Amino acid sequence: MRPFKYVRASDPAAAARAVAANPNAKFLAGGTNILDLMKEDVERPDELIDLTRLKLTEIKAAGGGVSIGALARNTDTANHPLIRRNYPLLTQAIVAGASAQLRNMATNGGNLMQRTRCQYFYDTAMPCNKREPGSGCGALGGLNRIHAIFGWSDKCVATYPGDMANALYALDAVVRVRGANGRERTIPAGEFHRLPGDTPERDTNLQHGELITAIELPKSDFAKNSYYLKVRDRASYAFALVAVAAALEMDGGRVRTARVVLGGVAHKPWRSSEAEAALVGKPASQQTFERAAELALKGARPLAHNAYKVELGERAVVRALMRAARLA
Amino acid sequence: MPRYIGKEMSRVDGVAKVTGRAKYAAEFRAPNLAYGFIVLGAVAKGTIKSIDTGGAERAPGVVRVFTHLNAPRLGPKASHEQSPPRAQEEKDKSFRALQSDRIYFNMQPVALVVAETYEQARYAARLVKVSYNAERHSTDTEAVSERGRFPSQGPPPKPRGNPEAAMKAAPVKVEAEYRIPVEHHNPMEPHAAVAVWQGDRLTVFDKSQEVYNVRKHLASSFNVPEENVHVVSPYVGGAFGSSLRPNYYPALTAMAAREIKRPVKVVYTRTQMYTGHGYRPHTIQKIALGAEASGKLTAMIHEAVHNTSTFEEFSDNTTGFTRQVYACPNLYAPLKITDTDLNTPTWMRAPGAVSGMFALECAMDELAYALKIDPLELRLINYAETDPESGRPFSSKALRECYRLGAEKFGWKQRKMEPRSMRDGRLLVGWGTATGIWGAFQMPATARITFRADGTAHVASATSDIGPGTYTVVTMIAAEYLGLRPEQVKFELGDTDLPRAPAQGGSWTTASVGSAVHGAALAVAAKLLALANREASSPLKGAAAADVEMLDGRLRLKADASKSVSVADVMRRNHLAEITETFEARPSAERRKYATMAHGAQFVEVKVDPDLGTVRVARVIEVTACGKIINPKASHSQEIGGVVWGIGMALQEATEIDHRYGRIMNPNLQHYHVPVNADVHEVETLFVEEDDSVVNPLGVKGMGELGMVGIPAAIANAVFHATGRRVRELPITPDKLL
Repeated sequence: MRPFKYVRASDPAAAARAVAANPNAKFLAGGTNILDLMKEDVERPDELIDLTRLKLTEIKAAGGGVSIGALARNTDTANHPLIRRNYPLLTQAIVAGASAQLRNMATNGGNLMQRTRCQYFYDTAMPCNKREPGSGCGALGGLNRIHAIFGWSDKCVATYPGDMANALYALDAVVRVRGANGRERTIPAGEFHRLPGDTPERDTNLQHGELITAIELPKSDFAKNSYYLKVRDRASYAFALVAVAAALEMDGGRVRTARVVLGGVAHKPWRSSEAEAALVGKPASQQTFERAAELALKGARPLAHNAYKVELGERAVVRALMRAARLA
Repeated sequence: MPRYIGKEMSRVDGVAKVTGRAKYAAEFRAPNLAYGFIVLGAVAKGTIKSIDTGGAERAPGVVRVFTHLNAPRLGPKASHEQSPPRAQEEKDKSFRALQSDRIYFNMQPVALVVAETYEQARYAARLVKVSYNAERHSTDTEAVSERGRFPSQGPPPKPRGNPEAAMKAAPVKVEAEYRIPVEHHNPMEPHAAVAVWQGDRLTVFDKSQEVYNVRKHLASSFNVPEENVHVVSPYVGGAFGSSLRPNYYPALTAMAAREIKRPVKVVYTRTQMYTGHGYRPHTIQKIALGAEASGKLTAMIHEAVHNTSTFEEFSDNTTGFTRQVYACPNLYAPLKITDTDLNTPTWMRAPGAVSGMFALECAMDELAYALKIDPLELRLINYAETDPESGRPFSSKALRECYRLGAEKFGWKQRKMEPRSMRDGRLLVGWGTATGIWGAFQMPATARITFRADGTAHVASATSDIGPGTYTVVTMIAAEYLGLRPEQVKFELGDTDLPRAPAQGGSWTTASVGSAVHGAALAVAAKLLALANREASSPLKGAAAADVEMLDGRLRLKADASKSVSVADVMRRNHLAEITETFEARPSAERRKYATMAHGAQFVEVKVDPDLGTVRVARVIEVTACGKIINPKASHSQEIGGVVWGIGMALQEATEIDHRYGRIMNPNLQHYHVPVNADVHEVETLFVEEDDSVVNPLGVKGMGELGMVGIPAAIANAVFHATGRRVRELPITPDKLL
């Protein structure tokens, strides 16, 4: 890989300042994605600020909900009693991702920053606007079986590959970040990632140098009725063809509140408020869920090789809702 | 009673492997070693217009940057204009790197950066700037399948009987087309070479399935005598055919080492493996089967076409086994190849057989449904009692017993014929079967045994152990016939200083090398007998070599164990510290009177989620008849591995090419899927042993390839049974079942 400077950050403020000071600097946490990308010459930072010594690893009850440190490992997060008990959807989503070995290394903040798995992004001999703005999109007219059906632009048809963020969106989480100037702000999970538009090189709404410090989950009544479904080409260790984070708050046999977030279909976790609206007040049933699923996939714009995602998406939404409602 | 043969034995190299003491190619060191990193090209066809190595040359630690402009020409005809050579008289047309400005395939090596460290070389490799005069390329086999031609090797295929007329007349027919994408071997260990020159003598540590072939390739590359080249490959971390040919990196590494006068190491990255060796070709097959209402086959037409490169012919024998599986008087099974601007395909586990049998065994299932005959019954109706191709008897064939045992273990009788008729809750359950077949090959092989008076033995043969357990099985055979304990036997392989052995491929190693070791052990015993009988008092007087055996330090009469001599005493009295015997085993003349094949029957249960299209291979029973089993432990392991490979081929594996660029787009293990543990459920492997005195003295047949041959078809047939969907294009991914 290209030579780079390695700096071990002593505190969050210094880390944020160091990255802000160098446009080619990046944060390093678990390294499960950025190191691969550096080896492939896709990421070319000249400075890495290692965050792993920072004390942002705590998972604790906060304001009725839970605050999860950005540097808590995925494994520890998924297995934490507070998460398992109150946010089983998040546990399911995390363990649906990667392998045990990777989850042991990967941090929550790093998971949010995971970049797309588009093959053209990975191959520096191929055009890719995300990797090299202006070079074109290889996947648009190429191999796009694993690509987006929603929200893509002619600049980029890549998907956000992660699982955790889909659950976070469904659970109304916010991402707490800290800028180089010390100012903190929160970004709702659903606004953390972006659609590609004309700037697919930007995956998220973070400013350069902004450091994720925590993920905050509000008190949730979804614990009883949620389900994370991931459909993939093999049983484990593969990215989603389609994923669904489904969460219901039930009032007897009726749905009081609903969340339907799809993964693997867009450049960001894809929530369907139409589907959710169609569920509210309705009896939990296959029929209700089928109607919601139809709405969830309405407006999909499949590419040459991924039309299957529309039908698969609908079926996955139904299945996830049925599981969430404990009807299947 | 044998002491070791037929009994489970753990791998003799197991501890070395798990403790890291076993040295793989990339782990060899040499003083002053430099590291090479390969730069791959970015177009599929054309020429290199310019290549700027300045940035790389100035980078820290860089020793030399090689391109076609400064790399010496390799090969017997150092003058040829372009590489690979295309002259007819030139036998070795294998691709050699950096020989001209011509680009034959995308991700072809265009430069080698050599530096003081690996990281320096890898970094500098990014700084090499190449521009191309691209030409129109053609990488899509589908688009050029009509241009298929018969391979120039071997006679053109001849029909048996009159297949066309028989097909026309057949009361029941099925006809279908099947497709297999390009697939890659993906062994765990990346290919690597360390090259060290001393004058005009070369030593190369390599990952190889045939060290002698690499030696020949290197000798001809550098115009040095073969004796000057020493190739060493003691351990191989999986190869599956990807190291049967020399590949381009050993010569490239040796070239760099010679030029910079330092040892050089080159290791492929995972991505470089996708064009650094061959692959299973993209294969299109048309099958037509005609049968009587009774199920009796009357016509089989199996036409296959697969791709090769523009500079080398490779043919996979895709339709070869079709001629020998079922009794059928009328048959035509031609194979054609067609040029693509890709590198050359090669043998990949169960080459040809698994591709051809996927198509044939799916077609047999389709025929079973057309006839409304149980698929297993259909196979029994068409059971070949003698080889349908040659008319010769089989040296042994326990396939019928495989079918019977497998069906019983699996519970096949409970199968309901109708698709979608079996369920497990919401999941659709499907049961499928298929036949496996592979040749019981034997190749000439030589082994040397040095038997020492202290009761230990050194056994040597330049074969390879790519994972099946050759170290162990040879140790067992030597121990058995020298009457020693396995720990008294040391077996060495993978080195051109050792007696010549064939490639480890074709599942012929135990039959070939094992027979040589067996022969050498008997020669040791014969020598001892001759020595013993020089003495007047020998109790073995009058005994022939065939009458005696060695056991626990004694040479004794088989018929009367009380008649024996101490081996150590005989050697001491003859002033011998050791006896060395070298034996070359060749296939017997007797074999030619027979068809020598190994067979198997596979039974698979899948569970399919009807909504999501996901397939789980819930249960596999694989029954194999491949002669005698020497080491059941490693043998079961081979068959289980074959099943897992079959699962990968059926459900997951595909090398994806963007034909606009002629470039492989998933050359890594995140995008190219192979099975993970969670994909593998109940797998039971069984053997029906055959007593076969014809195939070779040990009565063994290969099994490494056989174990996967029928699996993809059995899975596809099970998926049909579960869903009613006939997927004829692999892999069967969820999108194909919605």
